[in-house]
Amino acid sequence: MTPPDYEYLRKLLKDHSGLDLSADKQYLIESRLLPLSRKCGVPGIGDLVQKMKNGSSTIIAQVVEAMTTNETFFFRDKIPFEHFRDSIIPELLKARTARKSIRIWCAAGSTGQEPYSLAMSLKEMGAALAGWRVEIIATDLSQEVLEKSKSGIYSQFEVQRGLPIQLLVKYFKQNGELWQISPDIRAMVQHRQLNLLHDFSQLGVFDVVFCRNVLIYFDQETKINIFGRLAKVMEGDGFLVLGAAETVVGLTDVFKPFPDKRGLYRPSGARAANPQSATAMPRIAALAGR
Amino acid sequence: MKKCLVVDDSSVVRKIARRILEEMDFEIIEAENGAQALEACKVAMPDAVLLDWNMPVMDGYEFLGHLRLLPGGETPRVVFCTTENGMDHISRALYAGANEYIMKPFDKDIVSAKFQEVGLVALSEQIPI
Repeated sequence: MTPPDYEYLRKLLKDHSGLDLSADKQYLIESRLLPLSRKCGVPGIGDLVQKMKNGSSTIIAQVVEAMTTNETFFFRDKIPFEHFRDSIIPELLKARTARKSIRIWCAAGSTGQEPYSLAMSLKEMGAALAGWRVEIIATDLSQEVLEKSKSGIYSQFEVQRGLPIQLLVKYFKQNGELWQISPDIRAMVQHRQLNLLHDFSQLGVFDVVFCRNVLIYFDQETKINIFGRLAKVMEGDGFLVLGAAETVVGLTDVFKPFPDKRGLYRPSGARAANPQSATAMPRIAALAGR
Repeated sequence: MKKCLVVDDSSVVRKIARRILEEMDFEIIEAENGAQALEACKVAMPDAVLLDWNMPVMDGYEFLGHLRLLPGGETPRVVFCTTENGMDHISRALYAGANEYIMKPFDKDIVSAKFQEVGLVALSEQIPI
């Protein structure tokens, strides 16, 4: 891949998906796009770029998709799921007794392991949730991963990372070398295709948002913009869960961290510094007077 | 240092498992079959057992039954590691007192994840990209 090709891809990915690749991520592009080149029947990434420059919208879409998919597994990082079971749901069970409903959004649902982990956790809580309506909405930019997520079918490798064996036995059915999660669990998750750069206010208001390991790909402006819009679709006493290496600290004060719970945040009630529009990326404004 | 008993009739599998587990700071003892494994446990109870199913002399399932009846035999965390990937085998293993179950082929991510499940290894956070 030549430097001009790399620059072309960087700019295209930034424009199409907000993905912000720093200067040294050639290996990432190679690992994701070389297989795609083979699939498209071209010898290398340079040829892929040529087709994109010639206007092939299908190739452009496939490149964006290949670059924005992120590895995931069941109960990834464990701690957020412990927070979910031990803090988030118990607090919501108290706070929502009038409504008896809880709305959860997995904003980077990917191939489904995260929303299905939440669904299994909810099922494991059993009687505590009797009579409650819990909605899990899983969204992702990629239609391909959404289809996989909807199918709930996983390989032997995928069901062995992060999933305790007792849950495998309880919630999955074996189909040859593959494992499918039970229809009950699948029925608990709704899937929608969504680009986080676009308006998502039509999804409604949420009590819990899992937005893990997707914002890391965006530049600072984009992150701040998305945090601002996330705060607007969350209940004031709602919970935001970020990935292990992420934080809002230093970026925005529309969320405040739980001091003793790593990765957990709550809307602060503060207003975002800049007007929050979905389609116009905010320019870097001089933050006078702060 | 925690001790892991690796039980498998394949020396290749034992070598791979040893490499993975030594990187995870385990001291390794090897056994070729369930009978050897049982003798090793009578000498000193390991903290963990990585257990194959199908082996000559005594298989993993039979070994597990005997292990849990030994004094102190309830303490080792037993993780099956076998080509037997059917639900029936998994259920039988759990019922007989296994703590976790790995379906071969395995890699270090799976071993690490399963050893974390049973509390043998501290939680590690995966930092993406």
